[in-house]
Amino acid sequence: MACFLVPAAEAAATSVAKKVIDSKEKKNGKASESNTPEEGSVSRFSFSRKLKWLTNLLWGGTALLAFEHIWHGEVVPFFPFLTAASNPEDTAEMLREMSTTGVAMAVAVTLVWAAMVAFSTVIEKRNMKPGKAENDRKE
Amino acid sequence: MTLLVTLFAAVISTILWYKNAPGDEYKIRTLCFIYWGASIMWFVDAVFEYAELKAAYFTPAPADMLNDLFLGLSAVVLGLIIWLVILLFKDPKGVFRKKRQAG
Repeated sequence: MACFLVPAAEAAATSVAKKVIDSKEKKNGKASESNTPEEGSVSRFSFSRKLKWLTNLLWGGTALLAFEHIWHGEVVPFFPFLTAASNPEDTAEMLREMSTTGVAMAVAVTLVWAAMVAFSTVIEKRNMKPGKAENDRKE
Repeated sequence: MTLLVTLFAAVISTILWYKNAPGDEYKIRTLCFIYWGASIMWFVDAVFEYAELKAAYFTPAPADMLNDLFLGLSAVVLGLIIWLVILLFKDPKGVFRKKRQAG
């Protein structure tokens, strides 16, 4: 009904957080955009860059899910925009769906992102071991 | 069906991204994020639907399946359009910048 609104809200919040962290990192002199670690290098992804993965996952998913809701006639281009918001019974059902499916969607995306961050941290640490880059190049 | 189609798109775009990594001149990672984000969300939706319908979830009516297939394909096309707009806007190859400078 409107479950995509929960990940959309998280996407908006993380986008703002990303901007703030990005500007702080730039002030501290940490690069955020030109940090694609090259093979054998010891560079690391900044946190704002990692947060961008989450915002991209959330915005991307939200866009396609919003399209699905338009397809099913649950989102309309006129007020109140959500067909479920037109009567109290449907509104209650919509809120129930948002608090269950919507929250679960946001949590699932965040967990996948956390796994991605953990994986990239492991890779970065492995690449930072002394002599590792040299050995990789030799291989 | 929508989940399946989007998952296929996510896997294919990830393979394409890996093939071009670490360069990623065409920003295929954006496409990966769009499809994986939607796939995760639709997967959660499918889990909730399965909890409600049980085994009936796997035997949808042919008309519903066809509608879901069209929806999945349309979602994939929408993802491609979003990616294309981002690609042209960011212009990583500098095509529009070069034209402006030449003009």
